[in-house]
Amino acid sequence: MASPDLASGGRTASKAIPAMLAGGLPYLLLLPATSFLAIFFLYPFGLVAWEAFSGAGGLTLAHFQTMAGNWKFPQAVRITLLLALAVVPLQTVLALAMAVLVTKLRQGRDLVLYVFTIPLGVSDLAAGLIWLAIFDQTGFLNSALYALGVIDAPVIWLGYQSKGVIFAAVMLAEIWRATAIMLVILVSGLGLIPKEYGEAAEVFGAGPWQRFRRITLPMLRPSLQTALILRTILAFEVFAVVATLGGTNLPVLMGETYHWQFDLQDGHVAAALAMMILAISIVFTLVFLRVLRVPKGAGV
Amino acid sequence: MKDVATIRRRGRWLAGTSVLFLCAWVLGPIYLLFLNALSTPGDVAMFPKRWLPSFDFENLRFFVGFEGVLGALGNSALVATLTMVLSIGLGAPAGYALSRFEFRGKGTFRLLVLMTRAFPLPLLALPLAVLFIRVGLDDSPVGLALVHTTLALPFAVLITFSLFAGVPVELEEASWTLGCTRLQGLRKVILPLVLPGIAASAIFAFVISWNEVFAASVLTVQHRTLPAFLLQSLDVSPLNLKFAGGAVLVVPALIFIFAVRKYLFAMWGIANR
Repeated sequence: MASPDLASGGRTASKAIPAMLAGGLPYLLLLPATSFLAIFFLYPFGLVAWEAFSGAGGLTLAHFQTMAGNWKFPQAVRITLLLALAVVPLQTVLALAMAVLVTKLRQGRDLVLYVFTIPLGVSDLAAGLIWLAIFDQTGFLNSALYALGVIDAPVIWLGYQSKGVIFAAVMLAEIWRATAIMLVILVSGLGLIPKEYGEAAEVFGAGPWQRFRRITLPMLRPSLQTALILRTILAFEVFAVVATLGGTNLPVLMGETYHWQFDLQDGHVAAALAMMILAISIVFTLVFLRVLRVPKGAGV
Repeated sequence: MKDVATIRRRGRWLAGTSVLFLCAWVLGPIYLLFLNALSTPGDVAMFPKRWLPSFDFENLRFFVGFEGVLGALGNSALVATLTMVLSIGLGAPAGYALSRFEFRGKGTFRLLVLMTRAFPLPLLALPLAVLFIRVGLDDSPVGLALVHTTLALPFAVLITFSLFAGVPVELEEASWTLGCTRLQGLRKVILPLVLPGIAASAIFAFVISWNEVFAASVLTVQHRTLPAFLLQSLDVSPLNLKFAGGAVLVVPALIFIFAVRKYLFAMWGIANR
């Protein structure tokens, strides 16, 4: 693979080797990943769009009408958005607090970080099962309440009538499970902020809260942006946690997609729902990119 | 000055308790899952619950002996391994190229990789399910691994990019002046330095695939992975089976996160730049 002119090109002092000297090598190296993404990302993306908009007589919006006409659809949209709205801000604050706490620790920092990041490896399905063990009729919540004398007999928390409780349980499970990903991004972001800024502010008399508000938070903006985008998109994909805790009692967009694809065997409507989820994800990504944009040249 | 000292002490005390509380918040629910998994089936259905496990393996034995579970475990491991190999095999060269060369289209490629993160990827399983039937990849570990690779590849590219970028070009150049070809220099100088990090990102890819449930449920019928199997049998399986399954799903993830903990932060630090 290596040709003589490559070796000579490598001796230039610049950090990255100019393309002219490297020849086609970078393109050759990118080819496998690019073709893979073209086949398994761009192409199926096109297929979903085609499936959603195509009908017997060419392009149509009929599948979207079927989708919107289903009685569960407005609920699914509302609950998915509400969940994201309830979970993501809480998670952001929690992850920020955890990140700042961890960086302030003098001892046991690595151990605490490991414990905090454990849920990162726990799948949404397993997280759902974990919280099912707590909220189930014979679960640990009832046992604890019984032991404390609050209740005399087990309460059915996750019944079909108590949507509010199911919603709260899903919220808790989501906050428990997915705060870790934000934490990891924010902790590494904190690591990029030079200590001098904080020290300088302290010299000028800024208290801890002021330093956090005026220095840490603005400097953390790129990480905060990444974390929020990633987490919000994942929040719109909520599926397995809801399936384990609520079954079909709490409709969400991803669950409805699964339902249309398998139980109702209508790939067109499932694709239309997929486009919906995609559209919402893109809108929120753009909002975060705009609101939390980093001024040019202001990066660390 | 006494006031400042008191405030400092109180602050430290507050931080300490918060850390303890947060650790309990993370570990408590996991303890409860294992408590259920390591109790007798009778204990799982019992009310009120006991708070210590009886260290009974009947639940886990019942789970392992349950029709289809062993096959699902095997499928999960196979798909995750394939995903790991594919995403590193495809991602590492790209990461190397991004770290070492300036070339036209670099920005476009990075955009393509980042774009995948702004897309609910498991949804791609829907059209691919139809496509795979046509090419004979339906209900196969390979087909599912291909979809899981789209999930893991962006991470593999970004992580290996940061790994290679962390190795000074000068080291590589020194090997060339000593007569190594580019390939030799890569193998003898760079690879030993980045190998632990590559292993970490491979493990990360494994965990992504091991945990994925939506695409797995869409793409497999007979050859279900463990998450797909558990999801499918949610309505029909007894509680003790669910909890044992949940515990089996969690254990490898715990070990893997422990193994890669050092690299978790390094990879995000660079990815944000």
